[in-house]
Amino acid sequence: MKKKWLSLVLLPGMLLSLLSGCASEEAEETEEEEVLEAQTLTVSDPDYYTRFKDDGISINVYNWGEYICTGADEGTLNVNAEFTKLTGIKVNYTNFATNEELYAKLKGGGTSYDIVIPSDYMISKMIKEGMIQKLDFSNIPNAGYIMPNFRNLAYDPDNAYSVPYTWGTVGIIYDQTMIDMDEEDIDWDILWDETYLDQILMFDNPRDAFMIAQIMQGYSINTEDPEQLRDCADKLKEQKHVVQAYVMDEIFDKMGAGDALIAPYYAGDALTIMGENEDLNFVVPKSGTNLFVDAMCIPTSAKQKEAAEMYINFMCEPDIAFANIDYICYSTPHSAAFEMLDEETQNNPVSYPDQDFIAEKTSVFVNLSDEANLLMQNLWTEMKSAEDETTNKWLVPIFLVLCLATIIFVLIRRYIKSKKDIF
Amino acid sequence: MKQLKALSAPYLVWMFVFILVPLLMVAYFAFTTDEGTLTMQYISDVGQYANIFVRSIWLALIATVICLVVAYPLAFILSRMDKHKQGTMLMIVMLPMWMNFLLRTYAWMTLLGNNGIINYLLGEIGLGPFKLINTSGAVVLGMVYNYLPFMILPLYSVIVKIDKSVIEAASDLGCNFWNTLLRVIVPLSVPGITSGITMVFVPAISTFIISRMLGGGSNLLIGDLIEMQFLGNAYNPHLGAAISLVLMVIILLIMTVMNQFSPDDQVLI
Repeated sequence: MKKKWLSLVLLPGMLLSLLSGCASEEAEETEEEEVLEAQTLTVSDPDYYTRFKDDGISINVYNWGEYICTGADEGTLNVNAEFTKLTGIKVNYTNFATNEELYAKLKGGGTSYDIVIPSDYMISKMIKEGMIQKLDFSNIPNAGYIMPNFRNLAYDPDNAYSVPYTWGTVGIIYDQTMIDMDEEDIDWDILWDETYLDQILMFDNPRDAFMIAQIMQGYSINTEDPEQLRDCADKLKEQKHVVQAYVMDEIFDKMGAGDALIAPYYAGDALTIMGENEDLNFVVPKSGTNLFVDAMCIPTSAKQKEAAEMYINFMCEPDIAFANIDYICYSTPHSAAFEMLDEETQNNPVSYPDQDFIAEKTSVFVNLSDEANLLMQNLWTEMKSAEDETTNKWLVPIFLVLCLATIIFVLIRRYIKSKKDIF
Repeated sequence: MKQLKALSAPYLVWMFVFILVPLLMVAYFAFTTDEGTLTMQYISDVGQYANIFVRSIWLALIATVICLVVAYPLAFILSRMDKHKQGTMLMIVMLPMWMNFLLRTYAWMTLLGNNGIINYLLGEIGLGPFKLINTSGAVVLGMVYNYLPFMILPLYSVIVKIDKSVIEAASDLGCNFWNTLLRVIVPLSVPGITSGITMVFVPAISTFIISRMLGGGSNLLIGDLIEMQFLGNAYNPHLGAAISLVLMVIILLIMTVMNQFSPDDQVLI
């Protein structure tokens, strides 16, 4: 879901590769050869894909950063290149970092995307505002691979606008060498625990942060009741003094470097950090959590709807879906791709928690009403900007006195100057 | 003269399209609702964020003062060096600016972290660990570090132009070093001081990435607030525009006060 950190990590790497120049190009070529040997692509219906072969069409795809298999690792497919090779349709691939960025860009107009991959609540918001259009599923036969429990989710109840791409849960990542607790005992309240004062990170995003408080208070994560929201804001206010920092992507670095002990995080990214730092462990709290789904949609302003549907169908090809999920480490809603995963991954409780748990204890976000969104945003700003009383008491008076002093000084200076000018 | 006017045409077009039009749009958004009707609601809503405004101004002010105190002696020493040494030193001052602003701030995150290099070194000599990051001090440090060159350069360029004979005259007439500095050099470098202050204060007050990265999210500044209106959960460009407008007015006010210190023929506003 949030992969901005990677661009930061990659940046120095890109500079290095620029320096190394020709050498790396050669390396890439050999890699490509190996790719062909390693994973080969077979598609279900080659004829379907060749309809636009000679039309010189191109489509604009807008996706999360690092959210598609690029063939950079040995033996994997370069998904976009394979699509172009197969269909003759050029893919202009660009990235966004947050759902809100995507929304602002689509809302602002001036750009036209054929495929976007937003998350659940944003999909329901865009459906409501008529920003995405119904899909023609006769053009997307591979949508049949999507597991039944990922169809008709609350954000798209009729399953008409979106085809799920990945999913995951929100859980708690913690340093198991410093926190001596059984996995079963860890629940959201550990994020409020005074024992870990200043060692706790928290989401810097009202919707995700409120979700945690809502589950602890036993409310729905899609509640719009002002009283319940205020109650959750109070709960978050209680937490503020134990929180080291409110962050999103930085959780990756801070947890990886051992700067903090506990943080809420997304399952897929958590697996990646755990690969780097052995001390970390991840649990999905038993009291429930948010199930997030990122799904492929076609904006109303799309210029190439049929080609876009072809792209969605292509992404649902078992080979492609597997290549993508293998690369991004999130969980897949695609039944055939799931079967292709190795057994260890299939049984990993982080990526694929128990089906009953998913059905009973998790729910997806849907869009809130404007009033509820506004209230949540205001409560959040209020909670974050509330200061310790000691500083607050002095800040304003000192500032006013300084302003006054400056003005008086300026006036005196001018007065003296005007006196001088007489002579 | 006519040719000169024709030469300035591209910049005039640029100014109109990319400065004047966006400014007018900000004002338009601040005073209208989604339906386009006139409203004062968003401007009055800004009032609830008064404490964030005060904190931004306060932190930016501290950063500016520190920059001035650090930069003035440096600029003075620089201007008194050999000509060829000056070039090298100036390059060293500007060197950090060649690297991406985000990366530099990001580096401070690693330095100041609880397990960061500074706390590690302090731990080696038996001190700490101190809480360095996620404090308003860290935000001020980030501002000072990032904007210091913008204070040094204008100061240097003014001080280096001060006529040597003026200083010689002062010492001929019996002025000691400190008196020369206070009564001759500082007054003559006032234009550099004011433009340096402007160049540090204005970006510092509107920054959001420094407070996000080094302030740990609980040291909200005006910039964060504006960013939240556009890219946050509550997409509210009208309130964002209103906050931007109020911020601009505050900066304008402060700049006007600042300009009172400059000699009359150099007043900007």
